[in-house]
Amino acid sequence: MTAHINGIDIISPLGLSREEHWKALLDGCSGLGPTQSFDSARYDNPISGEILHFGPDELPKRLVPATDRMTQMSLVAAAGAFDDSGIDMSQVDPLDVGVMTAATAGGYAFGQKELQNLWSKGPKYVSTHQSYAWFYAVNTGQISIRHGCQGHSGVIVADDAGGLDAIAFAARRLARGNQIMLTGSVDSTMCPWGRVAHASTGHLSKSADAQAAYLPFDERAAGWVNGEGGAHLVLQSHSDGRYAAVLGHGATVDDPRAAPGTGLGQAIRIALDAARLRPGDIQVVFADAAGTREADRAEAAALVEIFGPHSVPVTAPKAATGRMGCGTASLDVAMAVLAIRDQTIPPTLNVEADESLGVNLCGVATQHPITNVLVLARGVGGFNSALIVGT
Amino acid sequence: MPARVTMNDLKRALEEGSGVDEGVDLDTDLRTMAFSELGYDSLAVLETGLRLGRENNIELDDSVFTDLDTPQQMLDAVNEALERQSAVS
Repeated sequence: MTAHINGIDIISPLGLSREEHWKALLDGCSGLGPTQSFDSARYDNPISGEILHFGPDELPKRLVPATDRMTQMSLVAAAGAFDDSGIDMSQVDPLDVGVMTAATAGGYAFGQKELQNLWSKGPKYVSTHQSYAWFYAVNTGQISIRHGCQGHSGVIVADDAGGLDAIAFAARRLARGNQIMLTGSVDSTMCPWGRVAHASTGHLSKSADAQAAYLPFDERAAGWVNGEGGAHLVLQSHSDGRYAAVLGHGATVDDPRAAPGTGLGQAIRIALDAARLRPGDIQVVFADAAGTREADRAEAAALVEIFGPHSVPVTAPKAATGRMGCGTASLDVAMAVLAIRDQTIPPTLNVEADESLGVNLCGVATQHPITNVLVLARGVGGFNSALIVGT
Repeated sequence: MPARVTMNDLKRALEEGSGVDEGVDLDTDLRTMAFSELGYDSLAVLETGLRLGRENNIELDDSVFTDLDTPQQMLDAVNEALERQSAVS
């Protein structure tokens, strides 16, 4: 399923562009802090990974009242990825260009605003644009409209794991007719409604200390922090020589009665087989890093089973951004590609790994020969996904 | 004589509900151009009409707005409904 990545852009709490994010990450910066975009005093989860300096200035003004924040950020990153690819859309057949994004919850902040209108003023005050602004497929739709993409398109909803599944689906489309795929995910649920929805899982960190709120694979791990952002990628069947390619993907769904992550190891094996690689061919793993003890143990067990204890270097740069729904997994893929480009493993900020888990966690940015990277993601509902990028 | 909805009211409803495209000057283009030429799709037209309706306490069915092509047609439809409603009450 070789699909070459010819364009990347990132938007995250660490930066509004690919290189800004990457530099801040390697410099050891954290994008986590006390929530600023809404009053979080009444909620138990005070820390967020927010994109504080985003303004939709570069978007057509016509789009702003009709779109959620996550769509606006997605549109900016999609334009950045197309721009990075150097593709001149006027020179390609629109029917050959598709869009495949992932979504976790749709436009949550927009939905909250309109629900408040409905509840406090009545149905006449709900924006007509709510009909699509909340919708899971809205980013795919708005990107398609803005860039004139008319090829096979869609959206994947599989919680965080969808951020990998969408890229794998886009790669498969290249083998079935599309010449160009815009894929990945940019996600945000940064509003009170989003916060309480995540809090209801019981897995959100209650720490008020930004540097200790999200510590995956650490003995102190007590939940994850909600972030926003993600990455978009442009896939083509030929390489322009700058970035890596999508080599393999595997996905499984856990029995809801089984322990979490039971099928994660199987997803890794499927991805390795698809890429025709052995465990020893993987130089770095970008972990799902759920940040709860039980889920971290399950992921560590899968890694130890396949790679052996304390072997392959593992990293979770999302410790510096928080988990942004399926945006997290797409961002991990973008960072995996940059790790290969720069032969550098990005750090897992603030974490002191629990040695008993057997995971060789990278706490600081590390120069390392990298050919192939395995990216893992799990989602609420039992979704496990593994994607391999490499050269 | 009931208050009439003006082109300025319509302009404000468009701006607040759906935004304005770059290169579009609602002050000059609103009287001469169709909604589609101004960059508004059917949902933006519906949003604008519903805003004018609720601001003026007029009961308007969504279907009123489905066949409107220009701002002037919308203004006429809204004002006609306003007169009808005021004649009844």
